[in-house]
This record gives sequence, C-alpha cells and structure tokens, in this order.
Amino acid sequence: MITSDLEVQGQPASDLASGVHRTVNDFSIQIATVNGSGSQSANAVLLRSIFHMGVPVSGKNLFPSNIAGLPTWFTIRVSKHGWIARKSDTNILISMNPERAQEDVLALAPGAVVIFDEPLKLDELRSDLAFYSVPFDRITAATGAEPKLRKLVRNMVYVGVAAQLLSIDMKRLEATVRKQFAKKVKAAELNLSAVRAGYEYAATTLTKQDPYVVEPMKATDGKILIDGNSAAALGALFAGVTVVAWYPITPSTSVIEDLIDYMKQYRVEKDGKATFAAVQAEDELAAIGMVLGAGWAGARAMTATSGPGISLMAEFAGLGYYVEIPGVIFNVQRTGPSTGLPTRTSQADLSFIAGLSHGDTRHVMLLPASVKECFEMGIAAFDLAEQLQTPVFVLSDLDLGMNDWMSEPFEYPEKPINRGKVLNAQQLEELGGFARYKDVDGDGIGYRTLPGTDHPAAAYFTRGSGHNEKALYSERPADYENNMLRLARKFETAKTLVPKPILEGTGTQKTGIIAFGTSHWAVIEGRDQLERESGLATDYLRIRAFPFTQEVADFVAAHERIYVVEQNRDAQMLNLLKTNLDPADAVKLHSVLHFNGLPIDAQSVTNAIAAAEGAR
Amino acid sequence: MTTPVATAPAATAPAAPKAVKTNHIGLGILDYRGGKSTLCAGCGHNAVSERITEAFFEMGIQPERVMKMSGIGCSSKSPAYFMSRSFSFNGVHGRMPSVATGALLANKTMRSIGLSGDGDTASIGMGQFIHLLRRNVPMIYIVEDNGVYGLTKGQFSATADLGARLKNGVVNELPAIDICALAIQIGATFVGRSFSGDKKQLAAMLKAAIAHQGTVLLDVISPCVTFNDHEGSTKSYKYMQEHDDAVGEVGLVPHFEDLTVDYDHDTTTDVELHDGSHLRLRKIHEDYTPTNKVLALKMLMESHAKGEVLTGVFYVDTQKTDFTSLLNMVDEPLATLSEDRVRPSRAVLAEIMQEHL
Repeated sequence: MITSDLEVQGQPASDLASGVHRTVNDFSIQIATVNGSGSQSANAVLLRSIFHMGVPVSGKNLFPSNIAGLPTWFTIRVSKHGWIARKSDTNILISMNPERAQEDVLALAPGAVVIFDEPLKLDELRSDLAFYSVPFDRITAATGAEPKLRKLVRNMVYVGVAAQLLSIDMKRLEATVRKQFAKKVKAAELNLSAVRAGYEYAATTLTKQDPYVVEPMKATDGKILIDGNSAAALGALFAGVTVVAWYPITPSTSVIEDLIDYMKQYRVEKDGKATFAAVQAEDELAAIGMVLGAGWAGARAMTATSGPGISLMAEFAGLGYYVEIPGVIFNVQRTGPSTGLPTRTSQADLSFIAGLSHGDTRHVMLLPASVKECFEMGIAAFDLAEQLQTPVFVLSDLDLGMNDWMSEPFEYPEKPINRGKVLNAQQLEELGGFARYKDVDGDGIGYRTLPGTDHPAAAYFTRGSGHNEKALYSERPADYENNMLRLARKFETAKTLVPKPILEGTGTQKTGIIAFGTSHWAVIEGRDQLERESGLATDYLRIRAFPFTQEVADFVAAHERIYVVEQNRDAQMLNLLKTNLDPADAVKLHSVLHFNGLPIDAQSVTNAIAAAEGAR
Repeated sequence: MTTPVATAPAATAPAAPKAVKTNHIGLGILDYRGGKSTLCAGCGHNAVSERITEAFFEMGIQPERVMKMSGIGCSSKSPAYFMSRSFSFNGVHGRMPSVATGALLANKTMRSIGLSGDGDTASIGMGQFIHLLRRNVPMIYIVEDNGVYGLTKGQFSATADLGARLKNGVVNELPAIDICALAIQIGATFVGRSFSGDKKQLAAMLKAAIAHQGTVLLDVISPCVTFNDHEGSTKSYKYMQEHDDAVGEVGLVPHFEDLTVDYDHDTTTDVELHDGSHLRLRKIHEDYTPTNKVLALKMLMESHAKGEVLTGVFYVDTQKTDFTSLLNMVDEPLATLSEDRVRPSRAVLAEIMQEHL
C-alpha cells in the first residue's frame, strides 16, 4: 500500500526499479539541531512513524548539559534485522544546526545523504554525497504559524521532508502526530500542517537520488516503545512503593517525575488520599536518609539518582548495610562528576557501588539491559531489599533510561509482594520476644519488627555495627566478628535470590563474552558480525546481578578466553569478576572497553574481539 | 567537683510523682525507663532524659507509639537511656532529620522525638535541620546544647558564644548560631529554650511539646561537666544559674485533666494545642507575645546582646499544617498497607501498555 504511494507522489518508480540500488529498512538517520529548539517532539514523530510501520527502530538522543543553544543530535536507527544498538556511521544527516553543519557533513562517509537548510549551502562542501536543499524558513512561514511558534514548527517540516524521501506514508505521519498530541488538538493541527508542508515540498520539488527507503514490516506488532526511566517508574509503581525521596539529577530525574505522575493517577484512593509520599529532598544525603528512615519504619522506600548523588549517599549506604534496612536506589549512570559530561552515558559506577561506604560493606546490584528489565528489576529490587534487609541498587544508564526502546509489553507480576522477615505483636507474644540480629534460619537474615508494633518486647535499638544479637550496645570483639560473619552469610544468601545471568550460544565454544546492561545490544550484534564476517562463534553470558551467582564462575571456567565488554575505562566488571572468581580463572579475562560518552556500538565490539582473536 | 543542686547524678532515679502510681493509660513510670546512662555523672543530658521519661509517663503516651531518633554525639546516645519500649534509631552524624522524616512518612501515626546536640544540629547537620524546620515535620527535636564536642574531647561547636573560653584557654572568635532564632525564622511551630537544671520549666515544656503537632524545637542548655563547665564558659551550670532569664512561666493543663483553674487574662496567654491540652504562658517580660515571630526574634536578639540566656517558650503556631498532613496520605500508615492498595491491578498495566504501543 505504502510502496504504491511512492508512484502517486511523483517519485519516478523507474529510477529506483531500474538498476538503482535500494536499501530498505537498514540505515541510520542523524538529526542535528540546537538544543532548546523543541526538536524532541519532531524526532519522536519520525521514530514512532517508522515503528508503527512495523519496522524495528531505535532512537538515541545525544544532548548537551544545557537549556538552549548548544548542538544536539538525535539518531534513529532503522534495522530490519532488529539490531537496536547505536550505529556508529550515519547514512542520512538532517542538518539544522548552522554551527556544526560543516563539521557534520565532512565527517560523513561517501554516499551519505544530507537534508539541509538552503542558506547553509552545504552542497558546496562535497560532491560525493546526496544533497537535498530545503528552504525551511520559507516553508515554515507559508504554514501561517505565529512567529513565536515557528522555531518549533520548523522541526516538523524536516519530518515531512525526510518521511517523503523515505517513502513513509503521510497518513501514517498524521496518525502518529495525532496520537502524540492527543491532548492538544490545536498543537496537533499546527504540527500536522508543518509536516504536510515539508512532505509536499519534497514530493513536488526534490528528486530522489539516494537508496534509503522504509517499507512496512510486521516486526513491531504488539511491541511497545518506552524509555527505561518510565519503565523503572512502572516497576516501582507495581512493586507497591510507598515512600519516594529524591533530589533532581540528570539523567535520573524522569524516573521520579514519571513515577509521581503514575502514582497521582493510580495510587490515589476514592477519598482523594494518597497511598504514597513523594518528597523532593534538600540533597541526596537527605534523600537516602529518608529512604532508610522509611524502610526502617516499614515502608517500601526508594530514591533515584546518578553518580554524584551516589557519592553523597555513601555514608548512609554503609549505615543501611550495617543496620540492615531495606531500600531501593535506582542509579541511572552517566559520566563522571557534575562538571563534566552529565548528559552522556556510561557504566562506570559499578566498582564504587559494589562496596559503597566505610568498613567492609558489600551491596546487592541489579543490572538491567532492557526497558523490560527496568520494569522487572524495578519490582524485584523491592522484594530483594526487604527479603535481605539491605539497600539494593539498580544500575541503569543514560542510554537505557532516557531513550525510547522497543520492547515486548511488560508482564504483570505473578508473585505476591514479599515483605521479608517481619514479626507482628501476635508472633512476638508466641515467641516471648526476639533477638534482632540472631541468625535463626541460618541464612544470615534476622527477624525485625516495625515501629508501632504493639508489644512490650517489640522495640529494639537500631545502631551501626556496635551491637550484639539482641541489638544491645556492644564493643566485644566476638560480637563484632560474629555480626560481620553473619552479614557475609547474608550476602551468600543474596546469591540465591538475585536474577541469574542469561546464556546465549551453545555453551561449547572456546571464546566467551561477558557483558551487562546496555552493552548487551552491541554484543549480540557483534556476535552476529563475528560469526558472519570472521567465522568466529562465541558464547555469551549476560550478568544481571551482583553478587555473582555460580553460573558466572561456571561460564568462566568453561571457556578459554573471555572478553568482558563494558562502558568504562577501568574494566570495572572485569576487576569485580577477578576478585570474586578463582584466581586461576581470572587470567582468562580480557577487556573490551568503550568510554567516550556515546552508547557502545557493535562494530567496536566486533573489531576488538576479531583483532584479539586474530580473526579477519 | 561541686554539683549544682538542680542536676541529680545520673544513677539516682527521681522518685515518681507520689500521688500517681500509674498514668491515665495504666502504665507505671518503670514502663518508661531506659538503660543505664554511660554519660558522665552530672552531665546535663541525663537530667533531660529523666524529664523526657517523666513527661511521656505523665502525658500517658504508650511507649510503643514513640520513635526515638538521633544522630551522633553524646546527646545522640541518650535515647538509650529513656523509654526502652520505644523504637530507636541512632543514625549518622547530622542526618537525624532525614531519617526521622522518612520514618514519619512510613508511619505518620507514630510520635517522634529526636535527640541531637549543638554539633550534630548546628554544624554538620545544619542543612537537614533547616529543612526539617521548613517542612514542619511533626516531631519533638531537642538540642542538648553544651557548646562543645564531647566525644572528641572538647572542641567548640557553632553554638559557643563569642569570647567563650575552653579549659585550655582557647577563645571562641566566631559568633554563636542561635538555634531558636533560626527555628522561628525558618518555620518551626513550637520553639523554646530551657536549661537541663530547671526541672519545672523543662518538664512543662516537654509536656506541651508532646501535645503539639508540628516541629517542636527545644534548645536545652545542658552543661558538659567534663569539657565546658569551667570559669569562662557561657554554657556552664554557674553561668546558667546567673544568666537564665525566663521570658515567661510555662504551664500545661493536659487534655485529660479538668480545665478549671482560671488564669489572669492580662498576664497569661492560653494556647490550645492539637491534642486539646492548654499551654499557659504567664508573662515575666513585659513585651512577651509568644504568637508573634517578629517580637520573639527581637527579644532573643536583645537578650543575647545583654549577655543573658533567654529561656521559655518563645513562639507557638498551632495553625500551620504539619508535613505529614500536607502530603494528604491515607489514614493508615503507608508501611502496612495491604498489597491490593499499593499494587495497581492487571487492568492498569494493560492500559499503560496500550498507551505505549
């Protein structure tokens, strides 16, 4: 249906049919704009229109830490094979940012396409690219949009132009715009008029001179498109979170803002009263303090933050470990300090969090790779925190958290909420009391009571490490040592409860790959490339939690060489593996590292492993 | 060492009020006892612990309904020395406010009393302290204020007065932070200062604090007998006995007692507190108006300039909404809501998934 429209739109089908190479559903688009120009809605329309045509697609926003005026790029990858990792090369550049236009054009590979604003005269720069010159200002003005809205509407013009050139049906665009602006009819009409204007301009004025087209598929039927932060928020919502304390920090902010929106909709009862409390704290120290206070008093409490926030939470994280209080901390990882690249992705908080704080501490970490896992681990984290009576960290990243990803729809949790070992007044009466830190069940986890439990033996005194089994103050060496050994036993118990790693491949190859989080998407594509291009078959284990389960040790033991792929400079996962594995196996581990702030791409993985393996 | 009359040594338990063997909920004073104090004999904090014990007993508060919160320091150890049947959390230095806030979010039906010191509050904890005041978190926040760090052996704190001298001769060259003035300005709704040695005043203020719903800030001058009770200290027993200047007399008629005793309307302000108890503040200072922020601050500043230590209830506001009420939570504690109230239905997830198709 849509392909036939191509002809109707004056695109000489013969040009494409007669010998001109066509590249269908396998290319990448880079849209260069200035941040603050409102290009996000426009980019989403283009992305979603392709998604709604059934074609696998992924979008990544590469943006600066700035309100307005600095260069920003949005990349859309269209892949009939379903690869959704970042693609390092650009096939189509939509150049709307005068400042960076020349640099962007000069970086393109021969044969790439440039859609550009006419006054920039980019077609004078190179002769080996396909250029489409578009007078954006003139087209925008002709839509009749008020001057103050033109900056926004202008973006919708490039959507129309690109869509027409890619053979995306206008009806599809219209449906997407209407859905996106469902609550703002006037905005929908205005944006639609701009999309149409761009579309018509391309149809009547431009001649298709590149191979890239989108054709309908059925690969996204039933799939959803959602960002990881929204997914994490949904996880928390369905986990039954009751207390949320936070301090805004990119890229985690939308975890909480989305969660609050959901809770206002779904967690307010008929009388208008909320089954939650959400507090914007004065800083991250207070946010984690509130989480621990709430967890101590029995709430399902959480916060969300990023690296610098984790730094501030270090002291409380240690207290939480020692006083054994549940709490969930979502860490949407980004690069380094606040005065750096706060809007670029990384997986570099792993080592820090594993032992975050003073003394001998060890923390449970969950490592989601997909939006679906953000949801599922968002739920699991609360159960684990309460079962293990300890803070649990969920390490997402900017790429996962702030970009839209295709996914199977999320499944409703089948398991009831697990509140862990909590004694009520009746149980206390039957037991005749309790010892808070006694290892009754041999799993290192004691029984606790909640403030307000109506029994004279319910109360206990919560304090750091200086206590005996009955939570009484003690500085006896034996009490301290016993407590530390019990905490270590508890961490062993954690190994039996955390999500197990996932094995891909036969398990019989000599070469193994280990990765976690969003590196997964580059690894699976890289494995395909290695096998097709170099004949190198690999096994792949995706780690989903710390402490490591037995499967991790088994995988390393079973392979000759293991490449640990991660997005940080210091091989943090590799080093964590080294200290937790048989030293004899540690020498088998090799690093594939990616740490330039952009999401890792498959080619980087493929090239590194192929070179190391001596493959061609 | 001369021990002033007003400070009984820690080990000596004060006799329970003779007329009352049990309180109006049927508990005896022993039900409010804590562990044996490990603080120095004569430490002001021990007297404060005793007054707290008595106040909760006399007000008939079920100990299991109370959360005792603290940070780090001598003061923060003291929750171990009163009300062992209450739930206690001894957290990290200067961060008691956030933990206390979180605990109240989880269970707003609990009462909360925080024990802090001048270092824990006015130095390392200043950020969280101010935001607790600003939110009007419903709890009693006591600063056991002695002007020095005890556990680290006697360094000045931020409430030490300008010109005060340490034992070793070091003179404090920075001005004191007036915790009460700060609390009034930032948003606490019950602000007063007392002296650990003034049994009557402190007892009345604590009982009123229990009756109030909102942040109660009590700055209790509580001398450190080991590091700051010498000549040259402005936080010593002697200095307080010579400079304690009560702004008014504090009386409390609890809600469960008859409100028959009349008072002189010209000299006394009667404030009905949240639980129905009546706070009666009889003027000593001519321009004492405990419901006026500006006058309260003026009095504090003038008194400080004269080298006096103003005590009493400086400010009460029973109208401002407290933080847990502001959040409009369901009536039951969030902590124990059943799964069907906190996990949305299958249909809700299906609806959200539909929106993302």
